[in-house]
Amino acid sequence: MSVTTTNSNNASSAASGANSPSQVIVREKEAIRSWKAPISFAVFAALGVVLFWILGRDAVSNFRLSTDTDVIQLASVDLPTQLTGIVISLALILITAYSFWLSVVKRPTPIWVVTVYGVLFMVGFLTWAGAGESILVPGLLLGAVGLSIPLIFGAMGGIISERVGVVNIAIEGQLLAGAFVSAVVASVTGNAYLGLIAAMAAGMLVSFVLATFSIKYLVDQVIVGVVLNVLVLGLTSFFYSSILTENSSLLNSPPRFDRIEIPLLSQIPIVGPVLFRQTLIVYLMYIIVAVVAYALVKTKWGLRLRSVGEHPQAADTVGINVYMTRFWNVSLAGAIAGIGGAYFTLGSVGSFQKDMTAGAGFIALAAVIFGRWDPIRALLAALLFGFATNLQSVLAIIGSPVPSEFMLMLPYVVTIIAVAGFVGKVRGPAASGKPYIKG
Amino acid sequence: MSDNKLTAEVAETKPAPPSRWNVALNEILSGSIIISILSVVLALVVGAILIVLVDPKVATASGYFFARPLDTLGSMWDSASGAYSSLFQGAIYNFRRPDFASGIRPFTETLNFAAPLIVAGLGVALAFRVGLFNIGGRGQMLIAAACAGYVGFAFDLPPVLHLVVAIAAGLAGGALWGGIVGLLKARTGAHEVIVTIMLNYVAFYLVSYMLRTPGLLQAPGSNNPKTAPINPNAILPDLLGTTYNLNFGLIIVIALTVLVWWILSRSSLGFQFRAVGENPNAARVAGIRVDRMYIYAMLLSGGLVGMAGIIQVLGTVPSGFSSGIDAGIGFDAITVALLGRARPWGVFFAGLLFGAFKAGGFAMQAAEGIPIDIVLVVQSLIVLFIAAPPLVRALFRLPTPLGEHKPVSLRKPKLKAVAR
Amino acid sequence: MASLPASFLGPYAQVSNSFFAPRHTQSRLRPMKLELRGITKRFGTLTANDHIDLVVQPGEIHALLGENGAGKSTLMNVLYGLYQADEGQILLDDVVQYFSGPGDAMLAGIGMVHQHFMLIPVFTVAENVMLGHESTTFGGRLNLAAARDKVRTISARFGFDVDPDALVGDLPVGIQQRVEIIKALSLDAQVLIFDEPTAVLTPQETDELMAIMRQLREAGTAIVFITHKLREVREVADKITVIRLGAVVGEADPAATNEELATMMVGREVELTVHKAPAKPGAASFVVQNLTVLDAHGNRVVNNVSFEVHIGEILCIAGVQGNGQTELAEAIMGLEPHTQGVIELNGESLRGRSVRHILDEGVGYVPEDRSHDGLVGEFTIAENLMLDRANGAPFVKAGSLQLKHLAEFATITSKEFDIRSQGILSKASELSGGNQQKVVLARELSRELKFFLAAQPTRGIDVGSIEFVHKRIVATRDAGVPVIVVSTELDEVTALADRIAVMYRGSIVGIVPGDTPRQVLGLMMAGEVPAEVVA
Repeated sequence: MSVTTTNSNNASSAASGANSPSQVIVREKEAIRSWKAPISFAVFAALGVVLFWILGRDAVSNFRLSTDTDVIQLASVDLPTQLTGIVISLALILITAYSFWLSVVKRPTPIWVVTVYGVLFMVGFLTWAGAGESILVPGLLLGAVGLSIPLIFGAMGGIISERVGVVNIAIEGQLLAGAFVSAVVASVTGNAYLGLIAAMAAGMLVSFVLATFSIKYLVDQVIVGVVLNVLVLGLTSFFYSSILTENSSLLNSPPRFDRIEIPLLSQIPIVGPVLFRQTLIVYLMYIIVAVVAYALVKTKWGLRLRSVGEHPQAADTVGINVYMTRFWNVSLAGAIAGIGGAYFTLGSVGSFQKDMTAGAGFIALAAVIFGRWDPIRALLAALLFGFATNLQSVLAIIGSPVPSEFMLMLPYVVTIIAVAGFVGKVRGPAASGKPYIKG
Repeated sequence: MSDNKLTAEVAETKPAPPSRWNVALNEILSGSIIISILSVVLALVVGAILIVLVDPKVATASGYFFARPLDTLGSMWDSASGAYSSLFQGAIYNFRRPDFASGIRPFTETLNFAAPLIVAGLGVALAFRVGLFNIGGRGQMLIAAACAGYVGFAFDLPPVLHLVVAIAAGLAGGALWGGIVGLLKARTGAHEVIVTIMLNYVAFYLVSYMLRTPGLLQAPGSNNPKTAPINPNAILPDLLGTTYNLNFGLIIVIALTVLVWWILSRSSLGFQFRAVGENPNAARVAGIRVDRMYIYAMLLSGGLVGMAGIIQVLGTVPSGFSSGIDAGIGFDAITVALLGRARPWGVFFAGLLFGAFKAGGFAMQAAEGIPIDIVLVVQSLIVLFIAAPPLVRALFRLPTPLGEHKPVSLRKPKLKAVAR
Repeated sequence: MASLPASFLGPYAQVSNSFFAPRHTQSRLRPMKLELRGITKRFGTLTANDHIDLVVQPGEIHALLGENGAGKSTLMNVLYGLYQADEGQILLDDVVQYFSGPGDAMLAGIGMVHQHFMLIPVFTVAENVMLGHESTTFGGRLNLAAARDKVRTISARFGFDVDPDALVGDLPVGIQQRVEIIKALSLDAQVLIFDEPTAVLTPQETDELMAIMRQLREAGTAIVFITHKLREVREVADKITVIRLGAVVGEADPAATNEELATMMVGREVELTVHKAPAKPGAASFVVQNLTVLDAHGNRVVNNVSFEVHIGEILCIAGVQGNGQTELAEAIMGLEPHTQGVIELNGESLRGRSVRHILDEGVGYVPEDRSHDGLVGEFTIAENLMLDRANGAPFVKAGSLQLKHLAEFATITSKEFDIRSQGILSKASELSGGNQQKVVLARELSRELKFFLAAQPTRGIDVGSIEFVHKRIVATRDAGVPVIVVSTELDEVTALADRIAVMYRGSIVGIVPGDTPRQVLGLMMAGEVPAEVVA
């Protein structure tokens, strides 16, 4: 970072301000140059040039946009691999140059530029990776959404919990508890809905422990979260090995939710089947994301929640019960994450497996941070991470030029880059992670 | 978390010393030792309840509970006591063996399991003292194991030298993986909890990739994601002959415990570490280079945790390893460090305890068919109880010590701006 | 889910009978009398309040005068429901009140303007004002329009100019305080507590605040005015209650002199002036030229500042809190990342050097927030005394701590600086504010200094410690060290300074002699440059 002085008119502003001290003051501001965006761009542009251009493959990449069952059939698209790679590389270089120029004149790189850059890079990558092959776009997206669902629920739980001031590392535990309990309850009762409710209760139970230890006993929230993950993993594995495996027909064969097709909407090309031919849990996700995004900003609940997460003492002095606000909202967060857990057993896999969440809770946490504690951004981040994971398996089938492990790494690397500040300033709720002690 | 050792040392120069006794008495009165013991007991009780719950014999007996209630209670007792007795015999001393030499074998197993736990716990504890939460044990272990393992099987060096080079490579790997975290924290303020969690996965996939790639870590001529066996010259020598599994790693671990104790309580570096851990702002104003301390601390922490990976590949399983080589030690290390209250010798004994749980847990699984996962449950419960003394005191109706309302926190408020 | 939160999400959500009408529709315009009877509050072995009685009539400004740590704030926190008293009663119009939290106190008609504003920086003014008693429309949606109206109505009543939609974090402190007042009045408080309200204000803003207080008094509000500033008490109070060491010493007459009030407050005769010989300034050894500091958002918090400090003189940097003094001091110490200009000590440039280097050059520094920046609370006194010499002589040899040497040094130094404690192994956090400050002072002054910078050296400490600190600062000057004292307390500035530089919004308005009249300094602190200074 470097700093330069621009024209200063401090003498006049000081003098004029003095005559009317109660006026709203416009402070003199100076931009601080940040090279983070252009440098990140440059790295990816270089990667693009090497992969898409220099290592460009002379073939045609085919993108199928419709499945056979779609009502409206779209023609598939053929892109010449090398030419597309060169065009996209040039575009990436141009955007990088633009970003450098913005930094020189001390302006930040706007978010839409980052988005355009990301989409371009992804198209370039898909074209390059799918050289001589055919990629079914709706299938790719459907798989991505499927993998994203638990991440999104986990992320919503994480957002509510962190915005109210309790760091939630225990998302993984909440997901796993939800998955386990929903499998058992749905199996025993034969009712998936009861399983879903039980999953919420299970996630809430994990939250109770998190809340009690961090709010009542003032234990470091990160420690409680980490330990809770281990505890839930230990408990579910213990019961799985000792009881579930022997009685799997009774205890571990839950009914699954059926897909519900929404008329008309499900017939929209590409996105229709992806978004509107889904199970109840997915529709529930749409509702929860919308409600959380709205209520966090517009309602009394959201205002109080955020006030407790930003400045608990201020909230206390206006009569808001900080402890209870935290307790119940952390519990709510657990219930939402629990639904995400139910998706594993009632939505996708169909039975409980040992450690079946396999780190999804941590990716959800990554989505929270990458999404800057905002529901909509976190939703997008979770979709991105789901997309990357699914892309890996799709590419593995068509014979990927990139080792699948590197694709699987992507969410984690992206998050590290995000928290290191290369994607803009990441600021969490001010009081998140701090126990509140009265007085 | 100021160091009592220093306190005791300085006390000697005072005319009327408050003496070590006062310090010890205070420690007992404030209850941290009692709390630790009670936490372990409590966790074991909960473990016993779980064992009893899933025991089919108990379930059968409870079927006719009202007819013969004693049967139910008896089978409950059998279930729990059988489990814990096999745990004890698998961890400390096996009474069914004829002589001491073979009876004590389980204890050497305990030591063997404890060695990596202790050293990884030391790494986590050291980071704690600098105010950093290193959850990246798994990644640091994997990278260290990969480095040490690669040198171990791919190089051909004379004895001793080969071992030293392999260990050095592993330490460098672990330190590097930890150092990245310190560097990012120091330069950009990135939160180490997030970065270490993410680096665990990056390391896992990286090592997985190398393990299935010929020429990197995969054993030549094999299709399995597993390395070749370690060259005998690079294997940690046995301590007590071939009868026991115990290897030289334990000696290294004891030496490292002493070293970490010295660093934290007797060295200038440790003083600066602790100052940063307690109040990074005051440390910075007093001219301590907080960003460097973060980097040094994470290098050391990563190296120590990496040492656990090294002991795994060069000592415990020298026949070649796969991506599960960390065996959960990276996470266990956190519980070890917390149980040991981030004090080197506390960590040492906490590591011994958890090593015993591991050794005994396997014996228990073999003898009684109780899943080893119960150990995870007991360990995490111990840490939860220890972190919340008021809860344990309430359960056992102990008095509350005066002036106890401070939060159990190992992390401190963030620094305003370290990046320059 | 849409309508669930308010009722489902917890017991804290107060049940509202009507969706559309704001709560608290009936205003309590009837003035009230406040009475405290025998309030006692203990923390462990410490008795912060000892059977305190206090009566405040409606339409009365009742000053609560006491030293730092005398127990004023504890008493007010009891009154406001933040603490529960161990003994005693709170009565409003002779009715005993039970407050389980601030919410109860607010509903009973008690409002508080906090010393550290209880405002959420990322919320707007309207959101801050409505927080805790939000009016909502259908489904728990916030009725922001009503809140804006409320802000405008109250603003109009007192002639404030506050934009309800401005983010509080963007407002200057003077305006933020008005938001606090609006917040307190938005529930029609009939008893209003002002906790050290003038600490962040210019003398002019202080005058305006006093006018507001008088206006409220005319409307019948009972006002409790907590302060340790004698001048303000005498100017505005109708009645004065003095408390010392947690107990009421007595009532004082607003017509009493400064000396009489100070004696009551401290319990002994107090020297209000600092004895010092006229300065004998030598060469200008510490020089700052065209220094500019930017904060993380690019705000110019220090703007093109130049001055020099001579050997054997004290330059005081005066100004209201938040006008760049903090950043100036931190920039000198190498603690601010975005700094440009010249900082030189004896011709040696200090700008861009590390804190370590600057300390090694012989700079002593007392940071303004001692518990945040000055001390490691969990460390012993001894450890704190070596904090700035952690990696070299005399306490470190070959990377190893010299604990014996440290213990000797700490014992001697504690005696010399009158640090009162259980011994050098006491934790710093267990010391009183005054003794903590002496630890910092001892650490810095026990090095060989070529320049000494003390920021707010007496903030929040008792009068005895203040006298000690002032004496040591003057002694340091007399030993031939150039000294800068940054202070927001005009009394301290006029007592210590040989010359005074006044800062306003990041710039130095002017540098004037130490005996400049207060009125002139007051104008300068508001950014005006009086004609006599220019000439």
